Amino acid sequence: MNERVLQILIDSFMKILMAGIRVTIPLAVLSFLFALVISVLVAVVQYANIKGLKQFCRFYIWIIRGTPILVQLYLVFYGLPSVGIVLPAFPAAVMCFAINEGAYMAESMRAALEAVPKGQLEAGFCVGMSYWQIMRRIILPQAFRTAFPSLSNSFISMIKGTSMASTITVSEMIRQTQIINGRVYQSLALYLEVGFIYLIFCTVLTWMQNWGEKKLNVYGGTK
Amino acid sequence: MIDVRNVTKSFGDFGALKGVSLHVDKGDVVAILGPSGSGKTTLLRCINFLEIADEGTMEFDGETFNMHSISRKDIGRLRRKTAFVFQNYNLFLNKTVLQNVTEGLIIARRMPKEAAEKKAIAALKKVDMADRLDSYPSQLSGGQQQRVAIARALAAEPEIIYFDEPTSALDPELIGEVLAVMRNLAEEGMTMLVVTHEMNFARNVSSKVVFMENGTVIEASDSKSFFENPKEERTKLFIQSIQAGRE
Ligand SMILES: Nc1ncnc2c1ncn2[C@@H]1O[C@H](COP(=O)(O)OP(=O)(O)OP(=O)(O)O)[C@@H](O)[C@H]1O
Ligand SMILES: [Mg+2]
Repeated sequence: MNERVLQILIDSFMKILMAGIRVTIPLAVLSFLFALVISVLVAVVQYANIKGLKQFCRFYIWIIRGTPILVQLYLVFYGLPSVGIVLPAFPAAVMCFAINEGAYMAESMRAALEAVPKGQLEAGFCVGMSYWQIMRRIILPQAFRTAFPSLSNSFISMIKGTSMASTITVSEMIRQTQIINGRVYQSLALYLEVGFIYLIFCTVLTWMQNWGEKKLNVYGGTK
Repeated sequence: MIDVRNVTKSFGDFGALKGVSLHVDKGDVVAILGPSGSGKTTLLRCINFLEIADEGTMEFDGETFNMHSISRKDIGRLRRKTAFVFQNYNLFLNKTVLQNVTEGLIIARRMPKEAAEKKAIAALKKVDMADRLDSYPSQLSGGQQQRVAIARALAAEPEIIYFDEPTSALDPELIGEVLAVMRNLAEEGMTMLVVTHEMNFARNVSSKVVFMENGTVIEASDSKSFFENPKEERTKLFIQSIQAGRE
């Protein structure tokens, strides 16, 4: 590796890393939190069998899982302005990622809810609790624990997925790399570098996931 | 105290209960016996509205309810006067022993936390589980879990406790500890309705026996005359078969 490439790597490293810290991570965290809210609502609506809303939720999941994220991003960012709805790139990306990942996470949450033994609900009724009290205090916490690994996976793939936002001008890591590369033409070095930064992010998250799983393990497996 | 009349319940075409009546007085310990599939669990679940009966009336403390069209509010009110102990314990898996007992008191009965914990610890002492307050259900044996479940029932100070085969899921060496707790409750005058296969319990602890088969009550009497002087042919066969050690 010659000195010029090394210098480019050193100069670009902080720029790309800062794009990661200032844009990629906030984008992923915000999208994930909204996705989490969406997924819990959508899963609970289906689990509790709320008529009407349930059909709507199935429709939402069907549409989102059946179309590419790129189409969703383009529709929101490039398509909606033609009907008068103009969203800045970052909120548009958050909205798309949240709605998209929410559909997948809703399915994990639903499976986790259904894995909670039915007797938990009945025991709750028998001590006088209402359906929603039992849901909030007994069933959802157990479902969260079951869903934790798959929710963590969703978050990790969200970090990488935010690279798609580069296509709608969000200046996250990939876009930052593209901009730098447009000046210096070092695709191999620069994309290795940005890949490496993603790897660091995801490795840290995996550690956090393992730590979280250990914490959650206190009350053992569901029997 | 409780008078249940003419309960019917079908699952599809299958009649699980075909007009069952049952009477429990305050202080009674009523054992419900009968072969597998006779509708014992279904009866208990209908009485506590975990299952809604197709027909039937229930008189509870002088109030009469239609068991099919009873309102949610009345179900809630009745459940506050009763408690249920399940065959597979059904402790809240994400709660500690102490929280399992306080949960209903604090959340459903809006009792202050301190008072609830005091009451819970008293109930857990009764079942000899007060030394495991911070354990989770997965860290307990079946017998211990069932004793906590009984404490959870007791803490609510119910007028009656329903038990559905409380010892059937237990290893043989753990059955005794649970039966001992139940025997103590009976001696203290707790009203209990107990589905069981434990003949010694039915014979020695319960005051009345109800024998069911195919969704009907074949015979109901005090336990002494049930075992010593059965009236129905089917009951005699049943008792003989127990004595032969088959049922
Ligand atoms: N949810 C249900 N759906 C369909 N059939 C059911 C349901 N619950 C119970 N049954 C049927 O009703 C009948 C009575 O069941 P129940 O559980 O009340 O019997 P049981 O007397 O408690 O038997 P065991 O001693 O085996 O517990 C059985 O034939 C059972 O298959
Ligand atoms: Mg049964």
